[in-house]
Amino acid sequence: METKRSEEVLNELKKIVEKIYDQMKKGEIPYMELPARNKYNIKLDVTKGVWKYGDDKIYRSAKKIEGAYTLLRTMFMLDFIKEMIEQNKSSTLRELYYISESWGIAKFHTQDESDKLAEDIEILTKYLREDFKLRPEENGATIIGNITIEEINRKGKPQRINCRDDVGDSGYPVPYNVEKEKINIIDYDADFVLAIETGGMFDRLVENGYDEKARAVLVHLKGQPARSTRRLLKRFNEELGLPVLVFTDGDPWSFRIYASIAYGAIKTAHISEYLATPTAEFIGVTASDILNYDLPTDKLNDKDIKALYAELNDPRFKTPFWKNEIELMLKIGKKAEQQALAKYGLNYVTDVYLPEKISEMGLK
Amino acid sequence: MDSDISEELAKRQKEISIAEFFEKNKQILGFDSLQKSLVMAVKEAVDNSLDACEEAKILPEINIYLERIDRDEYRLMVEDNGPGIVRREVPKVFGQFLYGSRFHAVRQSRGQQGIGISAVVLYGQITTGKPAHIESKIISEDIGYMFDLYIDTAKNKPVILKEEPFLTDKKSGVKITVNLKGKYTKGKQSIMDYLQNTAIVNPHATITFQDSDGFKIKYERVWNDPISPPKETKPHPYGVEIGEIMKIAQKTSYKKISTFLTGEFSRISSQMANEILKISGIDPEREPSKLTLEEVKKLKEAFLKVKLLPPSYESLSPIGETLIKKGLKNVLGDLKPSFYSIPVTRKPSVYSGNPFTVEVGLVYGGNIPSDEPVKILRFANRVPLLYQAGSCALTKAVENIDWRKYGLEQKGGSGIPTGPMIVMIHLASTKVPYTSEAKEAIAEIPEIMQEVDLALKESARQIRTYLIKKEVKNKLSEKFFLVQKILPLIAEKSAKITNNPVPDISPVITKIMNILWIDERVEVTENRAKINVSVINYTSDKKSFKLYADYTDGAVLPESIKPFGEYDQKNDYIVWVIENLDPLKRLDLYFELEKIKSDYSETTYYIEGIDPVHVVGAEPLPGDWNIESLKSIIEEVEGDEDGNEEE
Repeated sequence: METKRSEEVLNELKKIVEKIYDQMKKGEIPYMELPARNKYNIKLDVTKGVWKYGDDKIYRSAKKIEGAYTLLRTMFMLDFIKEMIEQNKSSTLRELYYISESWGIAKFHTQDESDKLAEDIEILTKYLREDFKLRPEENGATIIGNITIEEINRKGKPQRINCRDDVGDSGYPVPYNVEKEKINIIDYDADFVLAIETGGMFDRLVENGYDEKARAVLVHLKGQPARSTRRLLKRFNEELGLPVLVFTDGDPWSFRIYASIAYGAIKTAHISEYLATPTAEFIGVTASDILNYDLPTDKLNDKDIKALYAELNDPRFKTPFWKNEIELMLKIGKKAEQQALAKYGLNYVTDVYLPEKISEMGLK
Repeated sequence: MDSDISEELAKRQKEISIAEFFEKNKQILGFDSLQKSLVMAVKEAVDNSLDACEEAKILPEINIYLERIDRDEYRLMVEDNGPGIVRREVPKVFGQFLYGSRFHAVRQSRGQQGIGISAVVLYGQITTGKPAHIESKIISEDIGYMFDLYIDTAKNKPVILKEEPFLTDKKSGVKITVNLKGKYTKGKQSIMDYLQNTAIVNPHATITFQDSDGFKIKYERVWNDPISPPKETKPHPYGVEIGEIMKIAQKTSYKKISTFLTGEFSRISSQMANEILKISGIDPEREPSKLTLEEVKKLKEAFLKVKLLPPSYESLSPIGETLIKKGLKNVLGDLKPSFYSIPVTRKPSVYSGNPFTVEVGLVYGGNIPSDEPVKILRFANRVPLLYQAGSCALTKAVENIDWRKYGLEQKGGSGIPTGPMIVMIHLASTKVPYTSEAKEAIAEIPEIMQEVDLALKESARQIRTYLIKKEVKNKLSEKFFLVQKILPLIAEKSAKITNNPVPDISPVITKIMNILWIDERVEVTENRAKINVSVINYTSDKKSFKLYADYTDGAVLPESIKPFGEYDQKNDYIVWVIENLDPLKRLDLYFELEKIKSDYSETTYYIEGIDPVHVVGAEPLPGDWNIESLKSIIEEVEGDEDGNEEE
């Protein structure tokens, strides 16, 4: 049962292989051309406000052993995807990695390799990996807040869930597919979305009843947010017009979490316009917060410092705000966790810190 | 200061004999811990035995036994097949400090000050209260003599407790047995460590050791000619010290200072002697034994003002290329190193009038740990140096080199590099400049540092060439895998997905490889070598060229050259003229060598009439095969850098 879209996908996949085949037939060393996937090759799409890959290309040629291996793996992966589409099957990225065990010398050595190649194929075909019947096993985010969605459940029936009243303490778990065919937003009564990095802080806000007190939709990111989480944040922002605020630890890695939500991740810059929420704002913890709120800190380690310097070179962070904050963090040589706010008591974050920061932003 | 008191002090000082001094200051001579004392005792005895054998041109056979008597008391026995010591000399050699036959002779020897073995006797005596037992047999007498003796430390004289003749089958030799306190260990800085290193630089010696746990080890000799001792020469005026001049002047038989100068020192002609005496203002007729300290000082100053020939190098005996290689192979062979450098023996050089030479051998790879600091084996006059590595000039010379240039890992380009390598450094000199009396580390003399540096770099360049060649080989085997396994699979898969016939990838293969590949396979049976040279054209064009086989060993059997090719008798090589070898075509050439020695050394192949950049396995004629051309091959093999090719 091939839908029209599946047929189009198959066609795109075939085109990649045909190119390689033709090169060899002509006696040329086979190669593939791809955008360079690094921070030096992402450009701001001014009309959409997101960062996408620029014009720098890399040539993956069979002249070198690594290139040859990747081309071979690409052939195997495309063949496997073709089979899944034809047989109407799907697999997780993890399963794909294990499937490659039977590919002989073409097998992957880490799941990173297979994940990255799946992304390469997205870039080459301009389709999403879901179209290739590949899905992440990653744990999506959880949500608590007064928002009602309708999810098509396992039995194919729509099921309404209010993310405040119909869920337990851990909230509504975001599935990996959050497209309209799976999830529809029915109703909401909130003023903004607050995306939170750590479970500890999420639980604190829930316990303090912050979602009701501040009319907020709380989203637990679970670290670096999965694609579906970022996609859903974007839908809340675009479809409901809710501002998205990001609340993380105060360290270079958390800055990157914000960047991936607001500007798009370097790894997935080919689908930035689909995932990124350009108007998302960073609440904290900032380097200035560390000083202003006199927070307990840890010393920056060598990796932290390297990451901060890398961010100074990252085009996504080239704004006066980020330049100041990154340089300040390097200057004080300190980082802080969001839970460091507990220094002033358990209610401090909800009674003082968040209201202050939010009014500073002119939101309330 | 009160003159009476200072006189008294001076008198008392004289009464403290060297033996007494040692008793109070054991550490100065290296007996500073129980562990080290055992090693030192073995070392002094073995050094003596090796020196004695050398002098008598005997192939040394040394047996060492260590037995545990009590908690920390051991009995050490060292037995050699040297010339033995005549009866009347035995007590002095073992029971008197600074007794040595060659105290003023200048030449390279292991024990340089004649203090060693009596120190062992004394150490044993003061730690256990037991005398030393010595047996000696010389070849010209039918019986040997055995002694029990100890040292009267106040008088620095031997005290003989027992002296008896004994019967023995041995032609000659000395056996010393001492009881001493110690602690027996294995591993670094142990007796085993010392003996292993000794065996490396003395491949002409057979050494056995049985330790107190009953463990036995034997280093069999791999060289059957005795080492001849270096010649003795007179001291060179530049290197001689004031005290030495005084001593020589006391003992000399020359009656006049002018003849004393020409007769007792090297490189002084009578004309030169006159000039020296003129500068120092000493009457040429003066009697040498009557020289005052003041005059000797002036003499020494005058020595440095005249131009003399450098000292003679005859007094040096470097180990030499062959023996270093044999020694390293014999002892380190278990580690199966993949590369032995051709040992470097530098031309002799001079520091302050003392001749010296530096030798370096390197082994690399195999089972030598690759994640540990490089091991440095230090030797001075064929004696291993086990202690104070950090403050030794030989270690520092290694640390001063940027080994990253030669393909090893090294933090910041200085310090001890990391990698699967063992470095052997030997300093041979008539006077090794130790940093202390314990003779454990060599002082940083600029002339020596420079020679060690040059010798190390010469050896390091060999390592680099070896590593580059290895890299070429690795890259090539990678390429072969690429074109033979990966590429056909890509072709097959892409054909399957697109529903097409599998394409012919030969043109792609030649484009990727782009080399002419020459590979030698050898089959050695007894003293014959069957050689198969395969030539494969991995380029996209037909190739015509001449290939030469220049063998270094044995003689070619002209009728064995197949299927074509010619033996050039005049130049003693084989030449094949190959015309229009098609892309991906393989050509097998054969020939046989007879009368080859035990290990076949690779034949060198030269090629003519083709761009050598595209050739692997043969050198461009006329043998100008250097690192640069190897490097260009690596670049070729790695592919053209597009600048944005994915890493």
